[in-house]
Order: sequence, then C-alpha cells, then structure tokens
Amino acid sequence: MTELTRLTRELRDAGETALVPFLTAGYPDLETSRRLIAETAAAGCRILEIGVPFSDPVADGPAIQLASSKALAAGMTLGKALDLAAEARREHDLRVVLMGYLNPVLAYGPEKFAKACAAAGVAGVIVPDLPLEEAAGLRAVLAAGGVSLVDLVAPTSGDDRLAAYGASATGFLYLVSTTGVTGAGLGADIQSYVERVRRHTEVPLFVGFGISSPAAAAEVGAVADGAVVGSALLRLVDEAGDPDAAVAAVGAFLRETRAALAD
Amino acid sequence: MSILKTGGPGRFGGYGGQFVPETLVPCLLELEAARLAAEADPSFATELAHLQADYAGRPTPLYRARRLEAAWGPRSRIYLKREDLNHTGSHKLNNCLGQILLARRMGKQRIVAETGAGQHGVATATVCALMGLGCTVYMGATDVVRQAPNVARMRLLGAEILTVTAGSATLKDATSEAIRDWVTNVKDTHYIIGSTVGPHPYPTLVRDFQSVIGREARAQILEKEDSLPDRIIACVGGGSNAMGIFTGFLDDPVALFGVEAAGSDQGHSEALGRGTPGVLHGSYSYLVQDGDGQVIPAHSVAAGLDYPGVGPEHSHLRDSGRAVYLGVDDGEALDSCGECSRLEGIIPALESSHALAYCKKQLAEEGPGAEPLIIVNLSGRGDKDMAGLEAAAADGGATS
Ligand SMILES: Cc1ncc(COP(=O)(O)O)c(C=O)c1O
Repeated sequence: MTELTRLTRELRDAGETALVPFLTAGYPDLETSRRLIAETAAAGCRILEIGVPFSDPVADGPAIQLASSKALAAGMTLGKALDLAAEARREHDLRVVLMGYLNPVLAYGPEKFAKACAAAGVAGVIVPDLPLEEAAGLRAVLAAGGVSLVDLVAPTSGDDRLAAYGASATGFLYLVSTTGVTGAGLGADIQSYVERVRRHTEVPLFVGFGISSPAAAAEVGAVADGAVVGSALLRLVDEAGDPDAAVAAVGAFLRETRAALAD
Repeated sequence: MSILKTGGPGRFGGYGGQFVPETLVPCLLELEAARLAAEADPSFATELAHLQADYAGRPTPLYRARRLEAAWGPRSRIYLKREDLNHTGSHKLNNCLGQILLARRMGKQRIVAETGAGQHGVATATVCALMGLGCTVYMGATDVVRQAPNVARMRLLGAEILTVTAGSATLKDATSEAIRDWVTNVKDTHYIIGSTVGPHPYPTLVRDFQSVIGREARAQILEKEDSLPDRIIACVGGGSNAMGIFTGFLDDPVALFGVEAAGSDQGHSEALGRGTPGVLHGSYSYLVQDGDGQVIPAHSVAAGLDYPGVGPEHSHLRDSGRAVYLGVDDGEALDSCGECSRLEGIIPALESSHALAYCKKQLAEEGPGAEPLIIVNLSGRGDKDMAGLEAAAADGGATS
C-alpha cells in the first residue's frame, strides 16, 4: 500500500472530508509560494497539490493559465517544483501530490523524475494529459519508488473505463466534476456521479475542477472523500495585490471551507 | 527505457498517441468508430466524391510552370499541383468536407476549429454553412490582423470568430483554446482540427481526407509524362498538405521533401529540423521546446506554418529517412511568392511559397545541367496575404 493510499483511507475512516488545496509552484513568486504552502498546513490541510506550470495547459481555465505563465516567467521549473515539494513535506505535516503536464516530465526524464519524487517524499503525481491508455509506463516507474500515479476520471468516462481506472488506482481517484476546464462551475448531479464511480473502486474519491466556494465544497463533501480547490485560491492571490494579503485571503478561505466541510 | 508506447493504433513508429484529458478520450473513441464505419460504408465515399467534384471543383489541375523552369532550372520540369484552385482557395477544404460528413454521422450540432492563416477557418465555416451547423473558430490576435481578409470571409459565412490573446497569440494558442472549448462542449460539439496533428485518430483521419491530392497527382503525372516524378516538394506546418501528396508516392522511388519555416531572427517553426520529440496538443512528435519541456513560440511570416509542433507521421518519416525536411526563411519565401506571381500569373500563399523557394534553391544547387521532374504542392492561393506582401515590399523590396 502506498503512503497516499494509507493516508487517504485513514482520513476517510476518521470520517473527515479532506480539503486539498492546489497551488501553482512559484506563483506569484517563489517566496510567496512558500508562505502560501505554509498557510495550507496552518489551516489544517494534510494533503497539498502543487501544480507544475506548463506553457500550454489545455485542461486549465484562465486562473491556472495566468498563474502558470507568471510562474514560468519568474523562472519556475519542474526541478524547482520538486524542491518546493520536498520542503513542504519536510517542514509541514503535508503530503504532496504534484500535478503537471506530461511534456516537462518527458524533458526531465521519467525515471529521473520518479526517483526525484521518491527522494522528495512526493506521495502522488497527477498528469492531466495522460489518460488510461498511455499511463502504464509512467505508473510503473513511479510505483517502483512508492509513488502513486493518481488518475483523473470524467463525467464522460463510461463504466468500462471507470472499471479499468478503478482497478489500477492507488492513493485516490480524482473525479473531474464537470466536462470543462479548471475554474469553470461545479458539474451538475455530483451525487449520482460519485456513486457511479464508487461502484467501480475501493479507493477514496476526491472531486475537483470548479469548487469555488465553501458551499460548493460542502456539496461535494456530502458524497466524496475529498474536495480539491485550485482556481478559487489562485484568483484570491491574483486579486490580493501583495503577499501578506494573499496569504491572509487564502488562509481565511481554507479555514472557512474546512468548517463548511466539518458541518 | 521509454515510458511511452511504441506500437498500437495511432502510432507512427513511436510517435502519435492520445495525450489528452480523460474527458475527451470517449469522444476520440467515438470518432475512431465513426471513421471506421464510414470507411466501410460505400455511401460515405460516394457522397464525399460528389462534393469533391461538384462543390470543391476537383480534380485540381497539375500545371506545368514553364516560365519558372526557364528561370530556375532550364532543363527541369516543374509541375504545380493546384490546390489553390480548390474551392475556398486551399487544400484545407479536402479535410473539412470529410470531417463534416463524419460530424453529421455522429449527430453533432456544433463545430469548433482553430485557424492560423484563416484558410482552415474559412474551409470549416464553409462546410458548416453547407450543412447548417453552428461554427466557432479560434484565431490568435496576431493572425486576426495579418490574415484580415479571411476573418471577413469567415464572418460572411456565418461563423463566430473568437480572438485568442494568450501566449504568442498565434496558431498554437488558438489550438489550445479550441481544445478547451471542445472539452467543455464535448457532448454536442465536433472539433475539426485543421492539420495532421492532435490525438489519434486525427493525424490518420486528416491524412486520409487529404490523400486525394496525392492520388490525383500520381495519375496526372503518369498521364502527362508517362513517368513518376523524381521528387515532391510540399510545405509543412502541421503537415496536412504534405502528407496528402506524400501518401500517393510513399511506395514509389520518389524523393519526398517537406519544407518548414526557418522564419527570421525572431524565431522559426522548424520542429523537424531543429526540434526534439515531445508532447503538445495530444500527440508525441517533434516540437520546438526548451530544455525544461516548455514550448517555444514559433515564428514565420506564413501564419499557417507558424506552429511549434508537427504531425507525428512526419516525425516517423523523418526518423526513417523516407522523407527529408528542410527550412526556408521568410525572405526566401517572400521572394518566391513574387517570382511565381510575375512569371506564372499565380499568386501563391506564403505557406506554399516555402515549397516553391525550396524548389528554386535545390535547382540552383544542382546547377543548370540537372533534369529533374518535380511536383510542387501549391497548397493555397495568396490573396489572404496581400497586406503582408505589400508591407514587405515597402520594407525592403523582398517581392520586387
Ligand atoms: C495554404 C496553406 N498551406 C499550408 C498550410 C499549412 O498547413 P499544413 O502543413 O497542414 O498543410 C496552411 C495552413 O494554414 C495553408 O493555409
């Protein structure tokens, strides 16, 4: 059992819906990025998604596109994101899941990447442009180092595909809430969607894409084991103007959302 | 060891694949099923052939350009495959006619497309008008300005044009935005991609619909010369006009040359010539990228070549050596555009002018004694480029 599988089951068995913040590495700059990570831990989050910026993020809406291009302009790379992940793991009670597109991983070297993830204590990796048919190779090299490849499933995935994803899943399954990019609204009928996926797998189910408020997180929390919040946090950072305000706004949002999930 | 598969459907050697969000995979499987069903259904081929003949005006002529021969290689024979005479002014319509019939079979109500030069956008808007389907075209802000006549044509045809300002505001960014639209509206929308790029089955699908170019050209040259050509030259953006003509000659002793845009000191689009393999827009293929795997914005005076990626089958043909890929820069393309206009009374698109420029360059290297039989794929006409051509002429007389 991978570390991520153990932790997510532990949280589920404790009856807790995990709140998983997503932050783009190096956005708005490296130092503020560190402070935002610390704030997620201070707000009580146990799992953190760190986004690795890519020049052409086709699965992402405006908020993550903007954060990615600013982070790249400020010099963020996959290597530096791995350093940030190692630091988050070392200095806080956080398990880190890296989320990034395939091409930077190919350029870095998949085996070297898998080793670096294991060394950094990265618990899982999400690659939004690597569907089931293409994933076996990366899944195997990551697994060799005890790192989970976390798959995304979508409302368009049929039962045959859900069964195949369910069978290979470790850690958790990431349910894309809607047919759309990150930051659009929450999809309709989350409950029946989550129930449909649950028929195919034992692993905890986390829902993401489009959770933009504590109320939306609570709606997801009623049926899923975790809620991922990304674009909403990045929009707060963008609107804040300065690092102190950004950290305060993100902290307040996470605390309010955790409270909504606990209700 | 590579983590990528090297075989299976949609693979050209190790290139190709389906590197897209899960949301789109079921729809790619549906498209592949529709493609195979259409292939097995004779009524599909009949309807397509009818549209190609009576609507598009095919076959397009294979024209012997004697004044270019006199200027560039006195003993050469140069034939132009006149895709500029295809309805809408380029080869792009061949693909759109096929894909709109597939979209109709799948019951899709709405079409999205990306465009660079605007030729694919115009062809898509045209087939949507013909079939009464809604049409949204994404186009980079840079291209909206430099290909303004095509923007006006698309609007007249009833399409909605959405301007993309992200990134380099050219074809790459328009493609990303079209994919995002498709992810969002996948239930009722078909994405008509404009070249042999993207996830499987698109590279195969688009090649097959463009292969009419090569089939016609092969029959025409045999008829006119009673011989196969020594070489074929085509420009390569995503690579659809090149694959379309190459496909007719792959099994023949005919040299195949693909011409990429070497651009200027502002950058280039030579994925095959100067790139390395990587994943962009759903397939693994050569790509202009930096050492961290970030895509480098391309540059070319020809909007339709201004793309950092290339179709995966070209990557395979490059590695196997079956085709050879070279670069021609902005200035050489502009010069050839001017020469072809003045000597033949044919104004070629700036994209196609890259193929002409390489034809000239190769003949110059071989010297006046060479006697090659050449087909240049004249992929489109240059009306759309008039503003840029006039500016270039005023700038430094490249076309004078
Ligand atoms: C006339 C013409 N030729 C060539 C191209 C390049 O596309 P491809 O390489 O797919 O043929 C374009 C693209 O817009 C075009 O308009």
